Amino acid sequence: MLFQDVVFWLLSVVAVGCALGVVLIRDLFRAALLLVAVFIAVGGYFVLLNAEFLAVVQVLIYAGAIAVLIIFAVMLTRDVQQGNQPNRLQIPAGIFAALLLAAMVVVAIDTQWNFLPEEERQSVELVQTSAVATIPSESMERAGVTDAAKQAEVREAGLADLLIGKYVLPFEAVSVLLLAALIGALALVRPRPGSGISNPGGTGGDAD
Amino acid sequence: MSFEAFLIVAAVLFCIGLYGSLARRNVLAVLMSIELMFNAVNVTLVAMAKYLAPAGLQENISTALTGQVFAVFVITVAAAEIALGLGIVFAMYRTNESVDLTEASQLRH
Repeated sequence: MLFQDVVFWLLSVVAVGCALGVVLIRDLFRAALLLVAVFIAVGGYFVLLNAEFLAVVQVLIYAGAIAVLIIFAVMLTRDVQQGNQPNRLQIPAGIFAALLLAAMVVVAIDTQWNFLPEEERQSVELVQTSAVATIPSESMERAGVTDAAKQAEVREAGLADLLIGKYVLPFEAVSVLLLAALIGALALVRPRPGSGISNPGGTGGDAD
Repeated sequence: MSFEAFLIVAAVLFCIGLYGSLARRNVLAVLMSIELMFNAVNVTLVAMAKYLAPAGLQENISTALTGQVFAVFVITVAAAEIALGLGIVFAMYRTNESVDLTEASQLRH
């Protein structure tokens, strides 16, 4: 438990420090690199929280794809070094964010959370760490799940069970949303017909 | 490393992202701050999946993964958001020659 505590506080220092850097540093390129550090720290949180599949997804999609997209966009626009100027809302925004933070901390500490019962903890942990894998019986017995009915239950459980079962409608809706977003992004960056320029953004003079 | 510690760190990340999205002038900085907020929400969801008892846990132990399923949805929506957001940034850069939000006033009457 002590080792996990140390990892948690290290990740917290990295995540909060780099997040502050993202919003305070003037150089947009460095801000994007710090954002990648935040993504990786959040992936570390997912490992601590038994969500190993999500940790992999986090590194692949956030630290891989989304970070590359953002860095591309930063490099394609001007004023990279001085690009991250604050606007006039700086002080009100800071006050609003601080008030919201105080409210959220009070709620997090004050609420009577409905914690997981102690006897379920072992099997829930097994289900969560192997959300996309099958668990052999030996490792279940090592973890303290010895009841045969319980073992069968744990073996059957998985992310796909919920994604294709209870949450199949949101799952399909999200896939349609992703397709629509991709088509929309293509339509947005397409050169306008009649502009005679096949390289959008190359000269920047083809607007309207 | 209690449940509340995860909630508080996620709240700190969320508020940093909120401040950044309100107080920056560059569209790309605002998009990055929004990504920070998405990540904070994901940490909260997964922490709740680990520490809290979901409804219907006795009938189906898969419900212990509900928070992770929601985090998958959030990640998908974030990917769609960043694709569209960057498309809008490029369209805006082509029209305006800048990515400054305070100069983006074409829709104002």
